[in-house]
Order: sequence, then C-alpha cells, then structure tokens
Amino acid sequence: MTPRFLPTGERGLVVEFGDAVSLEVNARVRALALGLEAARIPGLIEVIPTYRSLGIAYDPLATSCDELQARVRDVASHVDPGTLPPPKLVRIPTVYGGPYGPDLPFVAEHAGLGVAEVIRLHSEPLYHVYMIGFTAGFAYLGGLPERLHTPRLSSPRIKTPKGSVAIGGSQTGAYPAETPGGWRIIGRTSLELFDPSREVPTPMVPGDLVQFVPITEEEYLRAESLEPRAEGGERRTESREPRAEG
Amino acid sequence: MNGFDQGGTRLGYPLGALGSRDLIEVLRPGLLTTVQDRGRIGYQKFGVPVSGAVDEVALRVGNILVGNPQGAAGLELTALGPQLRFLAYAVVALSGAEVEGDLDGRRVPWYQSFLVRAGQVLDLRTCAWGIRAYLAIAGGIDVPALLGSRSTCLVAGFGGFRGRALSAGDVLRVGAPPASPGDLCGRGVPEEWRPRDTSPVTIRVVLGPQDDAFTAEGCRTFLESTYRVSPHADRMGSRLDGPLIAHRASADIVSDWVPLGGVQVPGDGKPIILLADRQTTGGYPKIATVIGPDVPLAAQRRPGDLLRFRAVSVAEGQAVARDLEAGLLALPGRLVTAESWSYAAGLGEVPGEIPLATPEGGSRD
Repeated sequence: MTPRFLPTGERGLVVEFGDAVSLEVNARVRALALGLEAARIPGLIEVIPTYRSLGIAYDPLATSCDELQARVRDVASHVDPGTLPPPKLVRIPTVYGGPYGPDLPFVAEHAGLGVAEVIRLHSEPLYHVYMIGFTAGFAYLGGLPERLHTPRLSSPRIKTPKGSVAIGGSQTGAYPAETPGGWRIIGRTSLELFDPSREVPTPMVPGDLVQFVPITEEEYLRAESLEPRAEGGERRTESREPRAEG
Repeated sequence: MNGFDQGGTRLGYPLGALGSRDLIEVLRPGLLTTVQDRGRIGYQKFGVPVSGAVDEVALRVGNILVGNPQGAAGLELTALGPQLRFLAYAVVALSGAEVEGDLDGRRVPWYQSFLVRAGQVLDLRTCAWGIRAYLAIAGGIDVPALLGSRSTCLVAGFGGFRGRALSAGDVLRVGAPPASPGDLCGRGVPEEWRPRDTSPVTIRVVLGPQDDAFTAEGCRTFLESTYRVSPHADRMGSRLDGPLIAHRASADIVSDWVPLGGVQVPGDGKPIILLADRQTTGGYPKIATVIGPDVPLAAQRRPGDLLRFRAVSVAEGQAVARDLEAGLLALPGRLVTAESWSYAAGLGEVPGEIPLATPEGGSRD
C-alpha cells in the first residue's frame, strides 16, 4: 500500500499508512522511522512513530517539503519491516487490587469474572507497544483480552496516581506520572516508566513486548523503598503468584 | 520591598571558575513563572512534550539583546510577573508581552537590555497586552539540561527549576555573562521587532493534516469566522470559542502525532491551538497547522482576545519562516543604542558581596 503524505504546517510532514491499527501497519511505520533515522536526511529533525503514521519534524530552511517527500519515498521503498530489530520483553511488576487498584472489582464485575481470573487474564498476554505518547513514557499497548474491555469512567479522575496500571476501553497501560485520567485503575507498578536523566528515557520503545507480572504488596513496597529507578525495564520479580484479593 | 534592609547574612558570590553563580532570588513567583529555552528536540517519540518558550521568537530576541546564544534559558512569566531580587549585577532584557515593571521603583524598558545591580529588586507586574513575557539574563539560567534542554516540562514534572514553576525563596543560578555589562546593556531592537497588539489578529495556517475529516462547510467556517480565546488557555494549548466546525463523520481519529501549532477540533466543534506543552500524540483531527512564525501570535492572545485564520501554502509558510530566520540572524548587527533609560548610563561598581534576604530559604541543595 502506498503511503499518503500529509503536509503539516511548513515544518512537518505526516506519512500515513491507512487507518488500521494492526501489527503489520505498525511495523511499516517503525521500519520507516528507523530507516529515516539511519539515512541522515538533511533538515530532518525528528520522527514520531504512531499506530499507523509517522510524524516528521523538519527544518524548512534546510529542505523543502517536496524534496523531503522525495527522500522519504526513496527510503520507504528500501526499508523492509522484516528486518526490524527483535522486540525486547519488558516486565512490569504489578500489585493488583486493594488500594492500588480501586477499580479491579468493577472490571471483574463488568467481565463477569472473579478478581483472580481478571488478574490472570491481564498478566498473561505479551502486549505489543504500538507507540509512546499522551505523556512522557506512556506506552500504548495492543492485545488486551476482549473479556477485559471495560468502558472508561464517565467523568475522569483528577488524579491517576503515578505507576497506575489501568484499563480504558480496549486498551491497557501504565501511567508514568500522576495525571488526570478516565481509565479504570486495577493495580500499580513500582517500575520507573520515565527517567529524563537517561538518553533513552523509557524502559520500552515501540515494537517491544510488555508483560504485567503480579507481585504482592510486600514486594511492591520493598521495590518502592529500595530502588525507585528502573534498570532499562529489566528488573525481574520472583513471584508469579497472582494476588487475589480486591 | 527594599532588598537592602533585610539584615540577612552576608555571603560572597565571587565568579567561580565556571562562572555560574547564584544570582536571582524569587521574592514573589508571579502567576506561573518557569525556566524555558527553545525546547526539547528529538524526544517526542518517547512521549516527551517539546516544551520551551511558548513565544519562542520573543525569547530568542531577548537573548540576542543580552548577548546570549538564542537558545539560552530564560524566564517565561504568565500574565502576572514575579518579584526578583538580584544577588549580583546582571544585564537583563524583557520581551514578549508588554509587561509593566520597575527596578527599585523605576520603570524598566521593554525590548531593551538594562543593568541590574546587586541587591536591586525587579518587580514585574501585569502585561499591558499579551500574556507571556520573557526575562533574558546575560549568561542564561543555569539549571541542569535534561534530554538536551533546560526547559521546564510542567506536565511531566521535570526539567527547568526542579520540574516546576518558581516559588518564593527559590534561588536561580546564572551562567557567566558573554561580555562586560557596559557592552551588553542599553541595547534595543529596531522598531519593527517590537510586537504590536492587534485585534483581531490574523494567524496563518497550512490546512491539514486532517482537513479531510471536516465538511467543506466546516472548513469554510474555520477560515471565515472570528474566534475568541476561551479561559481554557495554558501552555498546552488555547481553546477557542466561536462558530462550531462540522466534522464529516467521527471526531475521532487513530491517535497520531500532534505538531506545534496544530489546530485540533474535538467533537464539540471548538478548535484548540496546540502550544509548547502539548501532548506528543492525540486522537482528534487537526484541521490545520499554524505556521511556526505565527505561533507566537497565537501564544500571546489572552482569554477574550479575538483571532482569525488565513490559509497559506506550505511554500508561502516556508518563505515566511525563511524571512524570520534571516531577520533573527541579522538582528545582532542591527541592534540600536537605547537612550531612553537612564540606569544604563552610569555603571557603578560591581560589589563582590551582597546581602541575602532569606538565607535559610535559599535553594542550594
């Protein structure tokens, strides 16, 4: 499929690969992003991969929009989504329910399941990171089991605590910082999801895989008090036992 | 408030080897005063807002006036300015919104560099027009650069001065001035560089990236109506009131990149101009994108102000951008010697010791 080129002001360009949210389309976006970063195109400032399109910020003094489009087309014709680097698996240790996940009972009731079953379903999949956006370090994940799809709050919370693991509609994710939010909070992670002192400030990048790993409250509190900073998202936890109370 | 009669501890702040020193003590923070530079470039793919001065041109001109690189960090104040006590001499300049202020009781100039002596209090108050003014300081504000920028990212709480707006008692460090005060103060801009208040202001946009999400009537409404800035205007964006813009079908798109100046229209049909602290991605269609040189015009409208949009081509927008950059490049050689402000005339001695009003309130950890 031929991408659409959408001029965005006098210093931006969006390359759109259709409307679909799919792994195939997303792979094309990410492949083009990496291809453009490697190509060192004059005037290209940064690329922003999203679900199905790539945002490009450029310097209008260094290149025209037509010139840039031609170069992007050239790169797009050479990149192969099949050669993307293999995904990294990022585990997100999560304490489910209780004060950390006040909406877990609602999600369970909505799904017609027990709380333990919700935790099992939520922590089972390997979620695909489609993109990072909304706020610094927030990963948009694909792969939430349909059974767990839950409508958002009718009126957003003023504060969704930092580290909240939540479900909104057909999506799930973890909040890197305290923000307002309308998602249902089912748990909390101690993993630092955004660290501006690191050149790559997020544990995961688009294309990576994410798994939520149930931990106990004790493990969560210990992790919080010991080491608030993630080591590239590779911190692991011993426990695989779901925490079953809500 | 007179800075000299506080009887505080006397501390010396000689210029160190690196030349950075504690310089500005915040007595009153103002409504929202933050450290900003030209923003965080290259990290949007990690969801990091670009941040930076909302009126970037004003910050750059202010920096030129005090001899700084255009991207040096300065203070952005919003609607109501801070009261600042200088712990050592400094050359500063005000730009952007026309802010009223005085230095120990004397009215200070706008778009003109001037000298502040140790112990003097710069009191910045309301803006005659516009909403964001900039205080550039020779040497630039010295806060740690994070992800390549000294800008404050309020939404994620990092960068700038401890990731937040200034509060009373904060003490800011400033780098070594690029030249002697005598060479840097009393410099003004040619008249055409002083922004003017116009209403309604016309803001040039390039249509798209999602103008096809709107009906032809919706696009006409957008381009032919006058909009009023609503009270919901902040560093993330300016929400506008006015004729509603009709979507072709759904007001939702698959979330994609949100550029600076993007004009997004949610389901209620009211446009929002996205500014420095915008989210990097969003799910509302963008009917148009304000050209970079006109973002400051949008950024300076305050609630109640009127504005209109005019569509230009990408090539026209780029021509305007080229002219602006050429003008900024030539500006250092076109500065005029300012005569209207007398503090610039007599440079006194520069004391090595100054009284600190609130030694325990300092922020030196």
